[in-house]
Order: sequence, then C-alpha cells, then structure tokens
Amino acid sequence: MLHFTRWKMISILTVVIVGFLIALPNLFSKETVESWPSWVPKRQLVLGLDLQGGAYLLYQVDKQDYVQKRLRTLVGDIRKAMLDEPRIGYSGLGVQGQGVQFRVRDLSQLPEVRKRLEPLQNPLGTSALGGPGVNEFNLDVGSDGVVRMSYSEAGLDQRVRQIVDQSIEVIGRRIDQLGTVEPSIQRQGSDRILVEAPGLGDPERLKSLVGQTAQLTFHLVDTGASPEGARKPGTVVLNSTDTPPVPYVLEEAPLLTGEDLADAQATFDSRTNEPVVSFRLSSTGARIFGEVTQKNVNRPFAIVLDDKVISAPVIREPILGGSGQISGNFSIQSANDLAILLRAGSLPAKLTIVEERNIGPGLGADSIAAGKLASIIATVAVCAFMVLTYGFLGWIANIAVIVNIVLIFAVMTLLGATLSLPGIAGVIITVGTAVDANVLIYERIREEFKAGRSAIASIDAGFQKALGTILDANVTTLIAALVLFYLGSGPIRGFAVTHAIGVATTIFTAFTFTRLMVALWVRWQRPTKITL
Amino acid sequence: MAHFRIVPDQTNIPFMRMRKWTFPLAAFLSIMSVVLFFAVGPNYGIDFLGGTVIEIQTKEEHPDMGALRSKLNGLGLGDVQVQTIGAEDSILIRIGQQDGGEEAQQAAIGKIRTALADEAEFRRTEIVGPRVSGELAFNGSMALLATFAAIAVYVWFRFEWQFAVGSFISAANVVVMTFGFYVVTQHEFNLTSLAAVLTTIGYSLNDTVVVYDRIRETLRKYKKIAIGDLIDRAINDMLGRTVITTVTTLIALFSLYFFGGEVIQSFTAAMIFGVLAAIFSSVCVAAPILIYFGLRPDSLTKKPQTEAAGKA
Repeated sequence: MLHFTRWKMISILTVVIVGFLIALPNLFSKETVESWPSWVPKRQLVLGLDLQGGAYLLYQVDKQDYVQKRLRTLVGDIRKAMLDEPRIGYSGLGVQGQGVQFRVRDLSQLPEVRKRLEPLQNPLGTSALGGPGVNEFNLDVGSDGVVRMSYSEAGLDQRVRQIVDQSIEVIGRRIDQLGTVEPSIQRQGSDRILVEAPGLGDPERLKSLVGQTAQLTFHLVDTGASPEGARKPGTVVLNSTDTPPVPYVLEEAPLLTGEDLADAQATFDSRTNEPVVSFRLSSTGARIFGEVTQKNVNRPFAIVLDDKVISAPVIREPILGGSGQISGNFSIQSANDLAILLRAGSLPAKLTIVEERNIGPGLGADSIAAGKLASIIATVAVCAFMVLTYGFLGWIANIAVIVNIVLIFAVMTLLGATLSLPGIAGVIITVGTAVDANVLIYERIREEFKAGRSAIASIDAGFQKALGTILDANVTTLIAALVLFYLGSGPIRGFAVTHAIGVATTIFTAFTFTRLMVALWVRWQRPTKITL
Repeated sequence: MAHFRIVPDQTNIPFMRMRKWTFPLAAFLSIMSVVLFFAVGPNYGIDFLGGTVIEIQTKEEHPDMGALRSKLNGLGLGDVQVQTIGAEDSILIRIGQQDGGEEAQQAAIGKIRTALADEAEFRRTEIVGPRVSGELAFNGSMALLATFAAIAVYVWFRFEWQFAVGSFISAANVVVMTFGFYVVTQHEFNLTSLAAVLTTIGYSLNDTVVVYDRIRETLRKYKKIAIGDLIDRAINDMLGRTVITTVTTLIALFSLYFFGGEVIQSFTAAMIFGVLAAIFSSVCVAAPILIYFGLRPDSLTKKPQTEAAGKA
C-alpha cells in the first residue's frame, strides 16, 4: 500500500498539477486572463444566472391557439378548393374539435372531393427517426358524404417540433438585432424553448421582443358592415390598439402578410415628425399590393399586428412602388422594436411564458460574496479541527481537501459546467465530507497500532482496510448525486454537479494523493510510533 | 503529543439494548412526520405551487411596511404576502397563482412593477406557471424514488439482502423525518429543499454503509460471539469516525448557514437536521435492526461468492 513506482508517483502529481493549472484562471478577472500568453489555459467557470444575474425564460408553444388558427385557415382553403370548376356543393363547413368537417351534397362527387383535398393534407417531410413522413392532417371521406380533415397525433407532434425549430431561429434573429445580450436559446422537451440571458438586469424589453408573435397582416376594411350588425361570411371584427379600442370589420383573408416584407426600418414621418416604421415589400408583395390598391382607391385598409388593428389608413392613390409606412402612436423604442420584429419575421405560433426567473446583478454579486465567505470559513474551520484532532497527519488531510477543491473547479472548468449557488453549497459540503476519507484511514491506522502492529504495518493495514469502506460509502453518495443530476432541474442540478464531481475527486484523492503523501512522510520520517 | 478527541477510545455503549427506546423513538418521529405532512403540510414554495415571488430593495431605508402592504393588497391579486428578509429594506413579496393561466401571471407581475417602479429596485422575480409547477413536483417525486431504488440495488449487490433492507429503512427514516422538519419549521419547501432531502439520502447511506462494512468485517472475524454483542462492538469501534465526520460536515454546514446568504438558508437548515438524523438513524436504527433479519455469523460464510465480490 505504501509502495509507489516512479511513474505512478509522477502521474499522480501530474494530475494534481494539471488540475491546478486548469483551475487557476478562475482566480483572476476575465480581463487579466485575456492578457495572458496564448499557451496558458484560459477557460473559466461558467457562472449560473443566480450568481451573475440574468433572465431565465421558459416558453411553451400554445398548441390550442395554433390549432384553432390553423384550422381556420384550413376552412378557407377547403372553401376555395370546393369553388373550383366544377363547383362542389356542401353544407355545414366549420371547425369541430381538432378538425374541420362538412357534408358533401352530391355523393357522386366524393372521389373528386378526395382528389382536391389530398394536397391540403400537408406532408411534413420525413420524421425525426428517418421513417416515412407524416401528414399534418388525416383525411376522412365517409360514404355518407361527411368529410373530415383532422389533426393526427403524429402530425401535430411533428408540426409542433417544426414550430419550435422555426421559433428558435426567429428568436435568434430578433435577439441578434438587439445586439447587446448574448442569450442561449434551446429547445426543451417537445414543445418548449428556453431562453437564458446572463447579465441582463431588466428582462422586460427582451420579453417583449421574444414573446411577441408579430404576425403582420394587411386587410381590406368592410365599410358597409357595422361591427354590431350582420356581417358577410369571411369577415372578422378586430379591435384597434387605441384606448378605448375601436372595432373594425375586416375581410378575413389577408391581402399581404409579414412574409411579403423585404425590409422594415424605424424612421420619422416627414410631415408630423412622429416615429413610424417604413417598410419595403418583396417584388411579389409589391405587385399584389399595387393591384389591390389600384382597385380600392378611397377604401380604408387595416394594418393588423397580432389580431390588433394598429392603423387603418385610406388608400388615396394606387401604391405601386412597393413601399409604405406604418404609423400608430409609436415611441422611438417601440417603432424600433417593431422594425426589428418585422425584419426577423413572425413566430409561427403563439408562445407563452410558463416559467420565468430573473435575478438582478446586485443580488448575484451578493450571493457570490456570501458563497466565497462561507467557503473560506468552512475550509479554515474544518482544517483547524483536523489539525487539532490529528496533528501532522491532519495537515496531510487538509492538503488533500484543498487538492479536492481545486480538482472540483478544474473538472467543472473542463466540462464547461455551470456553477450556481447550490453548486457552491455542494462544494462546501464536499469539504466537510472529503475529510471523511482521511478520518476513516486515520482511525483505522490508530486502531491497528493499538492492536499491537508496528507503526508502518499499521499504516499499511489502515489504508488497505479503509479504502474498501471509502469506496462503498462514496459510491452510494455518488449514485444519489448522479440520479439528482439526471432527474433534477434548476437548483437541484446545480447542486448535483458539484456534489457528484466532489465525490469523484474525493475517491481519487483518497486512493492516490493522500496515500502518496503519507507514503512520502513514512519514507522521510520512518515513524516508529503513531501519535494520532 | 496527545490530540484532541471527542469520543474516548474505548466506548461500550449498549446500542442493542438501547433499541428498546430508540426504535420506538424513530418510529414515533417518522409517524408524526407523516401525520403532520398530511395534516398540516409543508410550506410549499412557488416551484411546486405555482405563483410569483418578487424580491425588492426599497429606496427608502426604513420603508413603511403597512403602506406597502395595503398598496399591494389593493391591486386585486388575491392575498399578497409581504415580509422583510434580513435588512429592513429587503422585502420579499409573494403572490399566489392567478386564475387565468400563464398570461394572468404575467399581467400580475406587470401590475406590481408599475405600482412599485418609483420606490424600489427589483432584485429578483420568479414566476412559475401552473403547468410547470405540476411537472416540477412530479419530477421531484420521481427523483426521490429513483434515488432510493438505485441505492438499494447497489447495496444489495455489494452486501447481503439484510443490509440492503436495513439501509433502506434507515434512509427512509431520515427522509421522512426531514420532511417532518420542513413541516414543523415551516421553512419554504422548494426545489432546493428537495435537493437537500435527496442529499440527506446520500449522506445517511454513506453513514450506514460505513457501519455495515464494519459489522460485516466483525462478523467474519468473530464467529462465536452473539450477534447482538457483535453489532455493538462494530458500532462502538466506528463511533470515533462517525462523530468526527459528523462534526466536520456540521462545521461546513454551519458556516454555510451563517455566512452563505439568505437564499440557501432553508436548504442548509434542512441539511443540518438531515445530517443529525442520519447519524442517529445509522447508529441507532440501521445497525440494530439487522438482528431482526436473522443475520448470523455464518450467514456470510455460507455465501463465499458474495464475499469474493465484496473484495473486488
């Protein structure tokens, strides 16, 4: 137990020294580390949001909202498909549950109905597992004339997954435009997106930029109908953003959508000097807009953002150039934000915040300071206790504890793991339990010596018998920590990371470093008595 | 040079005889914890209940708490709890889950922000919506069960089944009592608290395994001694270590409790309780209980293959 070959000794010391080098940059500020020569390790620990402050926003795709909207467009598509020549007579077309249903009058037309509706099933490409693609909708043509297009479970799942991917892209573009923060945007589970923005004090602007659907549409206003009275089919009533809101009757099918925009910029209106958003349409968009405005001079059209009318100007003359501007009581910032949203594109579905945690930078700094103080006090107190109890061998235990802490930070740095406040608690608890390995060994050595063995034989036997116990005891703790890591979230995970790494480094130091130091001490002192 | 010793070298504490009152005590505390858990219930935090927590620092050093309370309670957000934490100007505001799903929570926090914008700085806001809180509670319970299962399997592989059952009972005892601690003290029970409970499982097993290792070794050495005396001997032999390790762990935990800041105080308090419960449980429950499972000196020698595995 006390004999070490030369290469073993060297490799143990190498691990410890490399650990020190990797952990070293964490003692310095970021700026200092930047100025070091290139061959020195520079990687630093990632601090959790609770330590450096920041926003944690968990969004979920609003499935029901998406399904309802999608089914409404499907109703329009079906209506259009049935209008093609030869016309197909139907009744009762509408949304029912998770699908759209109607009845065909002439049963002999059913094969033609199927042919027309099949393209609307919307194949969603290959599935994630590489199998055949699924359709967004199931088509069910009953022999009694009842036709139903409804969401299949697989279709909806696949669609939601696509929505999440698209949303992540859109959110990324929006935040890029903002330029000041560097958040991480990740998929979580099947229908969630996690946005983490470290160092951000006030999350409100980020939230308004990320969470807004920003679906822009242009509609013609039906001036003939009143919002309270009877309306034509295919029209909707939407409110304006004014206080109190003014209702407008609009044609449901949009003339243009945000997709038709080529660019949007915040500027000032040349006459009123108000902040406005000017936009430029794509070439197809410009052509459609030109045709529509030509046909509808002196009629108002509405600019709708997320189901709210932001303005409803009257078309004075055909707009052929493909550019225009949106005015609507903007402040400079809100005009700027809308321009960003329009450039980055709209979210394919509504996102709702299901969990939000914001930590101000001040609180984070306080937590770091408290964590540092507690770690130092804990380490000093435990070390003092060990020296009181074991004398010189207590110092060896203390060196082992310090090596342990350094190795925890080295492994965390290497893995790019995040240090959070519960993580600091994990390190401190490791300080308390890491000495356990030394206690087990020392107590065993004492016992063997009392039983009448020679000093060196006692040390040898002490290690031999204690190491098995140390392994058993620590593996159970490690299992608990690993389960915590895999099943836990947030603070549990932060704690589990340092705790698990701490247990692993404890096993390592007990089996190698502590043993090596005691062996060197024995070789140097040749003790004949054990004074523990 | 004589060093400082907490536990004298030769102790002969009759743990086996003490089980006449330690077992009923452990059982009583566990049952009381379960009863209290269902009758009173812990003070669940927003992680499991949903809702909003806001920590503010008022610009005024001695804010008028009464005025603040009536202002916040006038917002129509149901019951608003306002309390100071630490300094007088650090205030924690808790509001319950709002009716109307995720958007209602956002609206509520918006109201508070506008109401307090001029007089306070927002240090922390946490909103947990109804969907997530349910999941967090479910995942937490799963983590608890999985930890138990994984460790029981490990102990069963490494030791005889009697030890696996014993360590399981003792760990369950510690966990149940720690839940009881949360109910009695009404410390907030949140995700971090769950981490504390799960860590006490690990710590309690660590303690138990160390004692069991020694019992197994003693069993192999002295085949003629009565099992009760043998278990006593093993516990007494390990007492020095058990106490020293508990002390160092407590030193670390107490520094964390007093200097680590408000945020993790409830976590540390539970850990301190858990460590004390763990030492009690491993010494007074886990070891003596083995006698009921028919563990005898020869139950080890009959299974040489397990022994070989144990040495590996």
